Amino acid sequence: MNRKKLQKLTDSLTKNCKHFSKFEVKCLINLFYNLVGEVTERQGVIIGLDRNAFRNILHMTFGMTDDMIMDRVFRGFDKDNDGCISVTEWVYGLSVFLRGTLEEKMKYCFEVFDLNGDSFISKEEMFHMLKNSLLKQPSEEDPDEGIKDLVEITLKKMDHDHDGKLSFADYEQAVREETLLLEAFGPCLPDPKSQSEFEAQVFKDPNEFNEV
Amino acid sequence: MGVALTRSAQWTAAGHGAKTLEVTPLNEAIVKEIIMFVESFIYKYPQEANYVFVEPLEWKTNLDPSAFGSGYAVSGTTVKSEEADKNGEPLLYLSVPQIKIRSFGQLSRMLYIAKNMKLKEAQACIEANRNPVAKILGLDYNIISEKIGNSFVSNILDKITKDDDSESEIKMKIALQLKQLDLHLLNHSLKHISLEIRLNPGTVKNDIELLKQFSGKGKQTVLESIEYTSDYEFSNGCRAPPWRQIKGEICYVLVKPHDAETLCVTCSKEGVFLNGGKTDDEGQINYERKGEIYKDLVTLLKEKSAIFSENMSKQEIKFSEQPQKDQPNEAPKEEVAITHKASVTSRKSTQEKNRINLGRSQLTKRLEPSLNWRTSVSSKDRNTLRDTQVEKHGGKLEKSRSSVSPGRAQLIRKSVEKIEEIISDSSSESEEDEEQPDHRQEANADLPSEYWQIQKLVKYLKGGNQTATVIALCSMKDFNLAQETCQLAIRDVGGLEVLINLLETDEVKCKIGSLKILKEISHNPQIRRNIVDLGGLPVMVNILDSPHKSLKCLAAETIANVAKFRRARRVVRRHGGITKLVALLDCGKHSGEPAQSSLYETRDVEVARCGALALWSCSKSYANKEAIRKAGGIPLLARLLKTSHENMLIPVVGTLQECASEENYRAAIKAERIIENLVKNLNSENEQLQEHCAMAIYQCAEDEETRDLVRLHGGLKPLASLLNNTDNKERLAAVTGAIWKCSISKENVTKFREYKAIETLVGLLTDQPEEVLVNVVGALGECCQEHENRVIIRRCGGIQPLVNLLVGINQALLVNVTKAVGACAVEPESMMIIDRLDGVRLLWSLLKNPHPDVKASAAWALCPCIQNAKDAGEMVRSFVGGLELVVNLLKSDNKEVLASVCAVITNIAKDQENLAVITDHGVVPLLSKLANTNNDKLRRHLAETISRCCMWGRNRVAFGEHKAVAPLVRYLKSNDTNVHRATAQALYQLSEDADNCVTMHENGAVKLLLDMVGSPDEELQEAAAGCISNIRRLALAIEKARYS
Repeated sequence: MNRKKLQKLTDSLTKNCKHFSKFEVKCLINLFYNLVGEVTERQGVIIGLDRNAFRNILHMTFGMTDDMIMDRVFRGFDKDNDGCISVTEWVYGLSVFLRGTLEEKMKYCFEVFDLNGDSFISKEEMFHMLKNSLLKQPSEEDPDEGIKDLVEITLKKMDHDHDGKLSFADYEQAVREETLLLEAFGPCLPDPKSQSEFEAQVFKDPNEFNEV
Repeated sequence: MGVALTRSAQWTAAGHGAKTLEVTPLNEAIVKEIIMFVESFIYKYPQEANYVFVEPLEWKTNLDPSAFGSGYAVSGTTVKSEEADKNGEPLLYLSVPQIKIRSFGQLSRMLYIAKNMKLKEAQACIEANRNPVAKILGLDYNIISEKIGNSFVSNILDKITKDDDSESEIKMKIALQLKQLDLHLLNHSLKHISLEIRLNPGTVKNDIELLKQFSGKGKQTVLESIEYTSDYEFSNGCRAPPWRQIKGEICYVLVKPHDAETLCVTCSKEGVFLNGGKTDDEGQINYERKGEIYKDLVTLLKEKSAIFSENMSKQEIKFSEQPQKDQPNEAPKEEVAITHKASVTSRKSTQEKNRINLGRSQLTKRLEPSLNWRTSVSSKDRNTLRDTQVEKHGGKLEKSRSSVSPGRAQLIRKSVEKIEEIISDSSSESEEDEEQPDHRQEANADLPSEYWQIQKLVKYLKGGNQTATVIALCSMKDFNLAQETCQLAIRDVGGLEVLINLLETDEVKCKIGSLKILKEISHNPQIRRNIVDLGGLPVMVNILDSPHKSLKCLAAETIANVAKFRRARRVVRRHGGITKLVALLDCGKHSGEPAQSSLYETRDVEVARCGALALWSCSKSYANKEAIRKAGGIPLLARLLKTSHENMLIPVVGTLQECASEENYRAAIKAERIIENLVKNLNSENEQLQEHCAMAIYQCAEDEETRDLVRLHGGLKPLASLLNNTDNKERLAAVTGAIWKCSISKENVTKFREYKAIETLVGLLTDQPEEVLVNVVGALGECCQEHENRVIIRRCGGIQPLVNLLVGINQALLVNVTKAVGACAVEPESMMIIDRLDGVRLLWSLLKNPHPDVKASAAWALCPCIQNAKDAGEMVRSFVGGLELVVNLLKSDNKEVLASVCAVITNIAKDQENLAVITDHGVVPLLSKLANTNNDKLRRHLAETISRCCMWGRNRVAFGEHKAVAPLVRYLKSNDTNVHRATAQALYQLSEDADNCVTMHENGAVKLLLDMVGSPDEELQEAAAGCISNIRRLALAIEKARYS
């Protein structure tokens, strides 16, 4: 990509993304192209990170392990649903992922947890997401009993309108009462440690791009 | 003995002043051993017994000098041994009550002399000399003797050959002896410790032995294998190395269950837990605790291995059959009758117990395998169970007694315990039960539904990943954690261990959730203790270093709750918590931090507030106050005090108020200009804040400069106006306290009068709690020093309530009341009222109060009363036995009491008739006895009394006979003019007697008096001149007699 185009892209992204400075946007764009590798730009071919590459990043950089959640995070980033994260999606996604306000993060997390995208987190979805969260007690007759119970506990805690599923309103209210419930069904945000490591690594050496 | 004394002996917790040994059997045993060692020293090592210590052992003794016989020079209150060192200094020197001893020979003899007070003396000696080895051998030898322990004899031989003078050889020998004693003591205390513990080596051993029998290949066995990590067994039955034994660890076991990895388990007296495992390379064990503590091995394995718990319940039936089989074989072995009985009782109880056990396993297994079974047994079962427990306990006591003598009883003991260990899980449980019977029972009697829900949540906490844990934590938080049932339920189902464990993980969210719960439940005193017992505090202290502010806050807040008792506060300090908490206060520093903050974060101010909150709790211990100061807490607190957040100010002022009891804090508070802000906050709306500010002022206003500062910053007006609100008694107590201390300065009193505070104070003399009354009366006492105020108090009718308070029992209150009444009595008009209310009689009867402060204060108050009462002589005589009481108080050993009583006697003696009576009661010899004092206050009043008492009969001569004159002459060398005046007057009176003149002359009074004649004080001039003229006149008369 030529310099001019890059400059333009940086400017437009910086304008639309309030959580990053121009320098930071530039770093992220650089990182993106480093990750994608040298692909010659051709018409019709989308440049971007595919599912596996992205999952790899989530796993290696942010220490995520849950396959399902990672898939959902990918979906969260991939706004146009083309199976590939473009540079714009990358910067926007990271903006919420790293620096999002509570509101933005709630929205993002809810989308991640809402597996089928019907704007509700249903019991089944919860069960699905929590099914590996308990050590199997071999003594128990029904190994899923604990999970089911956990789902009930969660519903009791979060389902304010008692309709047996979580709407965004339910979720939002619960999170506002107790921030710990933001990632109630699995870690889908970076933990503070890997986040600061990532930022330190990516946004280093400001002198090199001293244009801001 | 150094090591044994520092590690094993149970010292009382740090308090003010010197530590003392607690009265425990272990300590007594240690002291006895030391006595035995010292007593036999003189016979065993006569040469070494003559060795002179580098420094003497010095302590306060109760020995009477008269107890020392031949070999000692006894004179009055001092004793010197005839035995002396090279320089001629005695090896034993006793000057009541201090004793100094410098050789083992003398120590032995002293113990011999002490007879049945041996134990006390030895204990006092050990308490006063915390490092006796260093004193005996000198510091360098102390280090050497440490080394001996490591690389034994070779070193010593080297040392001896190197410097081959005989003294160092003897020193070495002594060092060796002491080292041996030390080892002996350590062994001894280990023996003791191992007897007291909950799981003892015996039960653990038998547990393991029995499990071994049922281990092996195949499906019926409970375990694949179980074995010790070490084959060597110490004589006390432990296999852990001695330095771990000190921590209560007994042995380490490798267990291989059928369905799990090999477990490396530590058995300790507290219970059984998973340790860090065996490291492969060296075969070393990582001793650190990795899992939670179970009460015994079986419980731990049941938790870790499903097959074990399944097979175990099958085996239990077999186990219960076993004792009966063993019975015939056992009988011949039983040699000691006691142990026989013990084994029988315990066997009986075992059978009963097993029956219950069986019932339990059938009954509850289906419902809830991990449940504490007792919760499901009906109360009737419980009763029978308790009976068996009591019975069993009796058996156990005897058993442990027999185990003191090892060897012979060993065999029998094994057989006894073999039966017992089968049910050992419930046995250790029962002991725990006995420790805290009240609450367990309560929980069992009527288990609320919360109990079961919490139990379930704790299960998820234990067995869940991060996500499940967070959900469980959030759900647990929804319970009413302020309710004791929930608090105790969390503890009883093992939740505390898990919550504390979570704090050690890396998961920020889990830590936050766990702390949020701990913060709430730690309001319960029992839970606090449990948290400390489980080692929760060091973990929380570590969290204070975390980069996450909300974590810091929560940890600090929890510490604030937990550190409400002394042991906890000590733990916080020992783990460096104070420094970290003080660092939290320093919030302004990082103001330039990035604007964006992570989700769970809170503001810096909040961090500082929580830090202050925790420091407030911690600052109730003396050593912590010191630590806060050293960590630089005062300037930070001073800075926080400038903020205007009430939430912040309360803990900050609270901490300051708590710390201001220390002198150097008060100085620092003055230096940091804190008073200004305290005064400012008196005007706050918050009652609690006002209270703490007033309290802080109360503490600080001991200092005159501070009192002035309070006035200069306009603090007196808010204090006076706060008096009008009397609903909040705590605040009222603090405010009146501040007023009391402030009114010690005259200028402040004037201000208070302006603000009409005195009238209000008088109004507070009735219907107030004692804490308030003490301060109110104290303040009035100070105000009464001025005429105008005394008039105000009388006009407001303050005298009646004051006199009424003379019948109280609160010591502090009585001291203040007597002072106030005394001050009022200066006014003749007020005195009439006091007299009418019979106040003098009440004051007089307070002379019988056991507290010396009250006695003295009452006596001082009596002086103006006698001065100003109409017909004082008659009044004094009307108190039956009153004069005798006063004279007898001259036998007191409190200087203040003596001085005040002297002053009273001076006033009494103004009446000739009364003077005659007290002379009959023997006032002269008693006063003469007091003459040898260095206390200027006492000297002054004593001299005044003597001069007054000279007025009767042949008292002048009597004072001379009782040798009071010579000491009086010495008073003239004092620096106090008041003493000079009183003394000169006394000497003038005494010089009317010729013999006294001779004594004075002999003691060089003339020259001293000549100097006094030049004094600007006229009374002094006159008295001195009169005295000199009397002496001179005598000289002239003698000369005249000689020449005529």
